[in-house]
Amino acid sequence: MVMTSFGVEENDARDRGGPAQPLLIVNGLKKHFAIRGGVLGRVSARVRAVDGVSFSVRKGETLGIVGESGCGKSTVARLLMRLIVPDGGEQIFDGEAVGEPRGITVAEMRRQVQMVFQDSASSLNPRMPVQNSIAFGPIAFGTPKEEAIGMARELLVKVGLNPALFGGRYPHELSGGQKQRINIARALALKPRMIILDEAVSALDKSVEAQVLNLLQALKRDLKLTYIFISHDLGVVRWISDRVLVMYLGEVVEIGPADAIYNAPKHPYTRALLASRPALDPDNRREEAPVSGDPPNPINPPSGCRFHTRCAHAEAVCSAQAPRLGHADHGAHLAACHVEDAASGHSQAVRH
Amino acid sequence: MSTATSDALPPPDATELSLPAQRGYWGNVGYRLRYDPVTLCFGALLLLIILSAICAPWLAPFDPYQESIIRRLKPPGYQDRYWLGTDELGRDMLSRLLFGGRITLTMGIVPVLVATLIGGSLGVVAGFAGGLVNMIIMRVTDVFYAFPSVLLAVAISGAMGGGGGKGMMAPTRGFIRPLCRVAETATTQVRNLDFVDAARATGAPLRLVLWHHVLGNVLGPVLIYASSLVSVSIILASGLSFLGLGVKPPEPDWGLMLNALRQAIYVNPLICAMPGIMILLTSISMNMVSDGLRAAMDVRS
Repeated sequence: MVMTSFGVEENDARDRGGPAQPLLIVNGLKKHFAIRGGVLGRVSARVRAVDGVSFSVRKGETLGIVGESGCGKSTVARLLMRLIVPDGGEQIFDGEAVGEPRGITVAEMRRQVQMVFQDSASSLNPRMPVQNSIAFGPIAFGTPKEEAIGMARELLVKVGLNPALFGGRYPHELSGGQKQRINIARALALKPRMIILDEAVSALDKSVEAQVLNLLQALKRDLKLTYIFISHDLGVVRWISDRVLVMYLGEVVEIGPADAIYNAPKHPYTRALLASRPALDPDNRREEAPVSGDPPNPINPPSGCRFHTRCAHAEAVCSAQAPRLGHADHGAHLAACHVEDAASGHSQAVRH
Repeated sequence: MSTATSDALPPPDATELSLPAQRGYWGNVGYRLRYDPVTLCFGALLLLIILSAICAPWLAPFDPYQESIIRRLKPPGYQDRYWLGTDELGRDMLSRLLFGGRITLTMGIVPVLVATLIGGSLGVVAGFAGGLVNMIIMRVTDVFYAFPSVLLAVAISGAMGGGGGKGMMAPTRGFIRPLCRVAETATTQVRNLDFVDAARATGAPLRLVLWHHVLGNVLGPVLIYASSLVSVSIILASGLSFLGLGVKPPEPDWGLMLNALRQAIYVNPLICAMPGIMILLTSISMNMVSDGLRAAMDVRS
C-alpha cells in the first residue's frame, strides 16, 4: 500500500510554537456588512454579523461552534479563511499574526487551514472529475499533475471511496455523502493542520452523517488534525467536540468544555438552546418552546445584553450594560451574563 | 464509534492507484461529440465552406473579375462550364462565391473573435471582481454601446480611409458590450458558488482559480452567443459594403453580391438567391456546431 505520503511525521516543521502554543487565537474578530441604499449607494445600515468574537483553539482539539441560524457561525468560518475580509480583530495562527507585516501571509495560512462547506453539491466544480478537484490545490502549488492525481487517488482511499470507481466521476454522479467525502479529501490534499467544518454534516442523512462523523474522527487521529466544527445540531457538536462555543447575534455568549456546557449551562440562552432539543421520551414531550420569537435583527441589535429581549431573567441592568465574557485560562467555562458577574448589580448575581 | 470509517473499502492494489487512465475534460467533450451526428454533419459542412474559401484560387474555374456583356445572368450549367451560372456583369458565379467566402468569412468571424476575447475577458473580470470594478466596466461598455455602429463606421472610414481591416472595427466594437454582458452574468452566477470559494481557500493564485474553475463554466453561454453573432456580423458587413464603407464593388463578397443581384430578381431568381443561401448555410452550421459543442461540454448530458 502506497500510503506513506499522507502519514504524519513526528516532528512537523510547521509546528513553530510547540504543544503549549494554541494553534489559533482569535481576538475581537469583527465583520459588519454595509447595506447600501438610495441613488448614491450610501451606507444606510450595518449588519453586525460578527461583533467582537474571541476564542482560542489548542493543537489537536475540536472546538464546536453552535447557535441559531443567522447568528454568524458561517461568517466566522469565512472570516477565518479570509474568504471575506474582517473589519477588525486579530487572528494568530501558531503564534504568528495572519496578514500582518511580520506574521504569516494569508496564502500561507490557507495552506495550513482548509474548509469543508455545508452544501456538498455546490462546493464541487460540476465540470471537473472529482479527482481533479481534489488535486487542484497541490497542482496550484507546483506538484506535477500526474503526481497530484496519484495523491488524490490515495486520499480517495482514505475517505473510503474506491479511486478506480469514483476518481473519474463528475459530482452529479455521486450521492450527497460521497460528495462530502470528496470535499473532505480535497480539504486534506494540502496536508492542513486545521480544518474548519462549516455545517459539514448538516445536509446529510442521519446514517450517512454518522459515517462521515466517524471518518472525521479517524482522520483527526491519524493525521493529527485540529477541527473547528460549526453546526446547529447540538447532539453532533457534543459528540465530536472537546470544547464548545455558543454564539448569539454575532457574539460569544458562552464557551467552555463540552461536558460542562451540556451538563451545567450558565447562560440563559444556552439553557434555552439545550432545552429546545426534542425529548426522546414521548410522554415527556415539551409543549412550549423554551425561547419565544425570532432572534432580533442584527442590523439594530438590542442594547446591553443582546439576549435581554428574550430572556426570562432580564432586569434593568441587562438592557443598560453589555455583559462581558471575561478572560481566563484556556479551557475555563465562561458565560457573558450579568447573573454570572457578582459585581453587575443583577439581583440574581452569584456571589463568589 | 471510535473505529475507522464504517464502510472502509479493502485497500486497492498498486495498479489501481498508479493508473490515472482517464480522458481529460476536452477528451470527454470530443468523446461525446462523436455520438452526435447532427453536429458532426454541420461541422463537416462548415469545414467544407471554410476550406473551399481558403483554396479558392485553386478551385475556382474562372477569374472572378472577368466580365462579359453577352453572357449576363445565365442559368446554372450554362455552356456546361458555368456550373452556377453568371451574375449581372457576366462573371462566373461559382468563382465569385468561392472568392467571396474568403472576404465574407473573415468579415464575419474576425470581429466576433476579437469582440469575444475583449468583451469576454472584461465580463469575467467585472463579474468576478464585483462592486466598483464591475460598475465601472459595465458602465463604460454601456457608453460605447450608446454610440451607433454605422455612424462610427462612417466616422472611421472618413478619418482613416476605407478598407477591409478598418471596416471590421465598427462591428467589433458593437459586439463587445453584449458579449461582455453575457460573460458578466455567467461569471456572477458561478462566483457565488462554494466551489470557487473552496478553490480560493486552497490559497491558489487567483489566475488559476479563474482558469480552472470559473472559465469552464462561463465559456458555454459565451460561445453560443458569439456563434449567433457571426451571421449578424456577415449581414452587418454587407450593409456597410452597400454604403461604400466596407468592401468595394469589384471585390466578391456575399453580402455585396446579394445587394447587387437583387435588381435581377425577376430575371433570374435562382442566381439572386445563391449568395443568400451561402450566408444561410454558414450561419446555420455555425449555430448548430456551437449548440452541439455546448451540449458536449455539459457533463450532465
